[in-house]
Amino acid sequence: MASTVVDEHVDHTLDDHTHDHHEHHENFITKYIFSTDHKTIAKQYLITGIFWALIGGFLSLIFRLQLGFPETQLEWLRPLLGKWITTAGKLDPEFYLALVTMHGTIMVFFVLTAGLSGTFSNFLIPLQIGARDMASGFMNMLSYWFFFASSVIMFFSLFIETGPASGGWVIYPPLSALPQAMSGSGLGMTLWLIAMALFIVSTLLGGINYITTIINLRTLGMSFLKLPLTIWSFFFTAIIGLLSFPVLLGAALLLIFDRSFGTSFYLSDIYIAGEALPHMGGSPILFQHLFWFLGHPEVYIVIMPAFGITSEIISTNSRKPIFGYKAMIISLLGITVLSFVVWAHHMFVSGMNPFLGSIFMLLTLIIAIPSAVKVFNYLTTLWKGNIIFTPAMLFSIGLVSFFISGG
Amino acid sequence: MIVCFILLFWYSIKEFDTYQIPIASEHGVITDRLFWITMAITGIVFIITQILLFYFSYKYQHSPRRSALYFPDNYKLEFIWTIVPAVVLTILVVYGLTVWNKVMAPAPEDAEVVEILGYQFAWKVRYPGKDETLGAYDFRKIDAVNDFGLDFTDKATFDDFSPRELHLPKGQPVEFRIRARDVLHSVFAPHFRLKMDAVPGMPTRFWFVPTKTTAEMREETGNPEFNYEIACTEVCGRGHFSMRLLVIVEEPEAYEQWKAEQEPWLSKNPEYLSSVPENLKELAMIKSQIEHTAIN
Repeated sequence: MASTVVDEHVDHTLDDHTHDHHEHHENFITKYIFSTDHKTIAKQYLITGIFWALIGGFLSLIFRLQLGFPETQLEWLRPLLGKWITTAGKLDPEFYLALVTMHGTIMVFFVLTAGLSGTFSNFLIPLQIGARDMASGFMNMLSYWFFFASSVIMFFSLFIETGPASGGWVIYPPLSALPQAMSGSGLGMTLWLIAMALFIVSTLLGGINYITTIINLRTLGMSFLKLPLTIWSFFFTAIIGLLSFPVLLGAALLLIFDRSFGTSFYLSDIYIAGEALPHMGGSPILFQHLFWFLGHPEVYIVIMPAFGITSEIISTNSRKPIFGYKAMIISLLGITVLSFVVWAHHMFVSGMNPFLGSIFMLLTLIIAIPSAVKVFNYLTTLWKGNIIFTPAMLFSIGLVSFFISGG
Repeated sequence: MIVCFILLFWYSIKEFDTYQIPIASEHGVITDRLFWITMAITGIVFIITQILLFYFSYKYQHSPRRSALYFPDNYKLEFIWTIVPAVVLTILVVYGLTVWNKVMAPAPEDAEVVEILGYQFAWKVRYPGKDETLGAYDFRKIDAVNDFGLDFTDKATFDDFSPRELHLPKGQPVEFRIRARDVLHSVFAPHFRLKMDAVPGMPTRFWFVPTKTTAEMREETGNPEFNYEIACTEVCGRGHFSMRLLVIVEEPEAYEQWKAEQEPWLSKNPEYLSSVPENLKELAMIKSQIEHTAIN
């Protein structure tokens, strides 16, 4: 079967190229827009990711103007920002918070999750494991278009009258649950929640695809222990996403219930804008637990694909195999497992039981071990290598240096 | 780039004192020690690995006359650099746990209790008064004047007082009872190395011992304008930046005297006597020092 497929392919290439085009019944729309081809989808993710990176970067420029030069007149931004510039010529405080919130949301989710995993996992997984395409091209296409719909809504929310979501990228209730608390918690927050729900659907569709493809569609002889580290990192990243994003979806749904249907999952004992609210018995801490159950694994969703890519680049450009291939896989696995049990280190002073604090402190420090092993392995790969400094290599060495500093 | 690094280091060293604000609490000394020990250990690893990274990159540049060493595995080496960080981290974990348990332990019984209430966008403080018990509250009793939602069916509320500034005695344990009225806030007092969220519906607490009076701190920092302050460190809306509460630490005698001078909340707002149940009215007037003439 496989051989006939190859033969046909050879025939095509011998033929005129335009013929090839006709026989697949592809037109502009199926080829470039609603494409099921993993390479096209990867490029769609790349372009959308770059778009978001520009938007996110631009937002941070504006709020850093205010932060870095608090005395400066920003009147010249009025043609662009309108009423968000106060009469004193400064950024409106709520708009400042909106900028920080949207910058965080955009960079963490739209650029570093969708832009990074979406682009590289889609592009590289089939190519590096010898598969013809993803397990389900259709789901892959849906994944991008859910992301696109989510992007449209999130982008749209930047322009509404009451401003986009402004409660910080962690959107802690009650601030995010009560429109009385700030104007961004009105329509802006609703749009944020809808956009994120669509985003999570997109991530899950993508993740299921990556995992299925890596498990089932490896070519003959491509055993698990021969997979490039890039693929291993995409594999673990997809698993983390698949297990943690649904929890954020749950948290967001409960928040929608609290906001719109009068439930009290996160709200209790609140007096705001001159009235005592009827909500009783909820806990804002519950939201924090649910949020960080995704929020912490999310940082590994962001870094692990970069680890994988760096491993291959350093190995190739040092002209050496990666040192400790198996240790690298075990480290990735260790990070994957531990990433699920360290979330409450974001909540030490949230008011949760101090005993939990001690458990999470212990687990958090343990996760430093696989990270340390990875760094030592990168160093040993460079040792006695024959290093060629391509731009990719320079970036990769930069990543290791950066990871030692900030990781 | 090298010039940039030199400027960066020079700036960091020059501004070091502004990063490192003086400690004014007992537990602050031990948490800072933990911080600097962790900093030293990770700092050493940081410097060694960075030097190796750039030294290897420099030394093993491509040369056609040399070929790379084939060195894919060495279990002994890998074992060592898994175990060594594990041991070092175990030490840090044990040390960290002892510090954490000390700081988070329940407050001593003789601690001065102060309630801090966060709301959009300020802090209110309440002292228990002469009976040394904070009175009950209910968020449904909050109104434009009764910020705390004091529940006057509880006789412990009658002598509670609410000053504009937070006063603390030097050298005595103080326990903050922290709550929020609308959204999350966070009590942050950097000089006391203190931070704890204020959560609506879930009172939190944090205790510590202030070790330097405001006057001593003014001397130490050389700034006659110096004041301790509490800021909010949880985004809470439009006025988040402006949530500031002045804290005054004084000698215990001065503190006791200040406390004795404070008027109970109820005597400042005598119209709330109408919320007090009939059988407690007499007691309420005695405890809050309201004179009969004031209501007649």
